[in-house]
Amino acid sequence: MKRHLISAADLTRDDALLILDTAAELAGVAARPIKKLPTLRGRTVVNLFFEDSTRTRISFEAAAKRLSADVINFSAKGSSVAKGESLKDTALTLEAMGADAVVIRHSASGAAHRLAEWVRGSVVNAGDGTHEHPTQALLDAFTIRQRLARQGAVPDGRDVPHDLRDAGPDGRGAALDGVRVTIVGDVLHGRVARSNVLLLSTLGAEVTLVAPPTLLPFAVGSWPCSVGYDLDAELPKSDVVMMLRVQQERMTAAYFPTIREYRRRYGLDAGRMALLPGHAIVMHPGPMNRGMEIAADVADSPRSTVVDQVANGVTVRMAVLYLLLGGAEAAS
Amino acid sequence: MSGWLIRGARIAGGPPADIHIAGGAIAQTGAGPGAAAGAQVLDADGLVALPGLVDLHTHLREPGREDAETVETGTRAAALGGFTAVHAMANTEPVADTAGVVEQVWRLGNQAGYCDVRPVGAVTVGLGGTQLAELGAMADSAAGVRVFSDDGKCVADSLLMRRALEYVKAFDGVIAQHAQDPRLTEGAQLNEGEVSGRLGLAGWPAAAEEAVIARDCLLAAHVGSALHVCHVSTAGSVEIIRWAKSKGWRVTAEVTPHHLLLTDELAEGYDPVYKVNPPLRTQADVAGLRAGLADGTIDCVATDHAPHPVEAKETEWAAAAHGMTGLETALRVVQAAMVDTGLLDWAGVADRMSVRPARIGRLTGHGNPLVAGAPANLTLYDPGAPPEIVDPAAHASKSRNTPFAGMPLPGRVVATFLRGVPTVLDGKALDGKALDGKALDGKAAR
Ligand SMILES: [Zn+2]
Repeated sequence: MKRHLISAADLTRDDALLILDTAAELAGVAARPIKKLPTLRGRTVVNLFFEDSTRTRISFEAAAKRLSADVINFSAKGSSVAKGESLKDTALTLEAMGADAVVIRHSASGAAHRLAEWVRGSVVNAGDGTHEHPTQALLDAFTIRQRLARQGAVPDGRDVPHDLRDAGPDGRGAALDGVRVTIVGDVLHGRVARSNVLLLSTLGAEVTLVAPPTLLPFAVGSWPCSVGYDLDAELPKSDVVMMLRVQQERMTAAYFPTIREYRRRYGLDAGRMALLPGHAIVMHPGPMNRGMEIAADVADSPRSTVVDQVANGVTVRMAVLYLLLGGAEAAS
Repeated sequence: MSGWLIRGARIAGGPPADIHIAGGAIAQTGAGPGAAAGAQVLDADGLVALPGLVDLHTHLREPGREDAETVETGTRAAALGGFTAVHAMANTEPVADTAGVVEQVWRLGNQAGYCDVRPVGAVTVGLGGTQLAELGAMADSAAGVRVFSDDGKCVADSLLMRRALEYVKAFDGVIAQHAQDPRLTEGAQLNEGEVSGRLGLAGWPAAAEEAVIARDCLLAAHVGSALHVCHVSTAGSVEIIRWAKSKGWRVTAEVTPHHLLLTDELAEGYDPVYKVNPPLRTQADVAGLRAGLADGTIDCVATDHAPHPVEAKETEWAAAAHGMTGLETALRVVQAAMVDTGLLDWAGVADRMSVRPARIGRLTGHGNPLVAGAPANLTLYDPGAPPEIVDPAAHASKSRNTPFAGMPLPGRVVATFLRGVPTVLDGKALDGKALDGKALDGKAAR
């Protein structure tokens, strides 16, 4: 594995499987009364958040603490950064503090890339602008594998996903070959879709993006996925449908005419959910706009993995920190 | 009397010839007699002699951003790049939108003495895009402005553009447009294409440039005025300009060295040294631009030299300033992109980097063939110098934001003469103080 996790493209299939399987291993910790391993004792993990994202920060913080790392939360708001200190100066400060890993969230695409040039520790990208959010993709992949394996979900008459069928209840060891994932919503401004397309295709899944053409990146045709505009046509062949958050502000920039029209064409309500095969699951990276891209009864239905995704987020981030910081050696 | 004898230079790539310089002008060329009494001799065996290069698009940053560049450091960089005249863009602080500011810049250029500085006047007050600046006052000033541009910003308002084009006919002016539809490029960071989609950087579509160029060509035709298109960056723009020229309309265009050599894939590491406006495009655009420059659709190479201090580039991509330095590498890049590829010969380089830009800038003292009687503005260049890695630390510009850093480039500027006085000898700039006065002897800076 590389020293940093900046893009899902940094991960080979073996890297990705190693992370998922390590996470499966670590998942047991969460079930214990004392949710802590001594693995990263004495190591420092800095959460460097230039953008508010309580959910992601808490998830990384819990992950680091469960591995006994020292955690420093560095929020840009109200700090020297807000007063004009540059990313580079912040990086030098972190160096001086001896950060072993820096988890960075930033509104600019490429910020994690830049930071990695300036610090010696491992950089984990927790979301950079409209670029990537690789740990979200990892937790999504983990969740897909876990759910489909637990359900023993093999659509009749299809020879996939073999791996998942044979993998046992938590899907350990299996990739996602042949799993059909439909990602719906704002791909252009979202970092989740970009990372998911890269990672899920690396793991063998067949990804389809569905969105109004205005919310798809230029040249999306060169991505390792297919593209459709008709959600109803894609749902019956989906094993997984992943709904992305659509910000209402996009409407004013003419990406779509009205919220009502968006909901009608691309929102997932109970009627539409009925088009899915029986085993299919519904995902959302959160935070959800209930009533916009996803109806409340869908979000709360048994197909929904929203709660699993949050729990798996901690586990997968534990695995990432463990592997990047050479936890294996530290533990021995 | 003093003077120079340049021995065996290949004038515009022709056969070796001697060039005699006396009193700021070329006295004689060809295999003439020996050196005149008191003349210094420069052995130019293997060197190409070009008429002194003229840059239509230079950001000298003074007044206002002397931390990035001054007229003195910028013109020294220009001389080292083989230039004898540069056009200083108007987006200074304050903006060069009055006779006072353009005269200040012009005077600073005269004092520095490295090359002639022709200020470009702003089209609109404060580059604000709403009210015409006093174009006539700038034209009538000591600086004698003929090129007007809001460069950095586009004159987006169709009516205002039409009026500006029309108005400058009174004094044979030209409007140099930075073609960029502002609405189509809100927040734009990189050429809209496969790379911008992958990197998650907001796209700058080619159509945002092409649409404005098409409109401006139509307006220039309608009012019978001269339009110059700054930094053409797409293959589609070349097509439109080719079409406008075929109609006989008064449209000229420039391309930067970086758009002739570099592509958007360089943005992959998010290093803002590759951030520029208009952005680096694709390989197909580079091919279209080279073909356009070769066939003359694009009239000239202009550097868009845009120096920035380190902190403006040592940042995340979106926060970084647009722009690249270019004066000191321009000729070498043109050799790599155009000459070594067989697209242009040295006569062509002389035409695209001196003759035509001088004509567009209404500069009579520059861009003349190197024949007896012409002002002795010339550049001696060694195209056979072994390729050398570009080292920004070695540049005379105050800023280090060259996208060619670490790249090997062929060739070397050996000497530059401004009205018979060397500003650069053996690749080194001469002291500006020593030049003061001498190079201004033949003062008719235009
Ligand atoms: Zn410009």
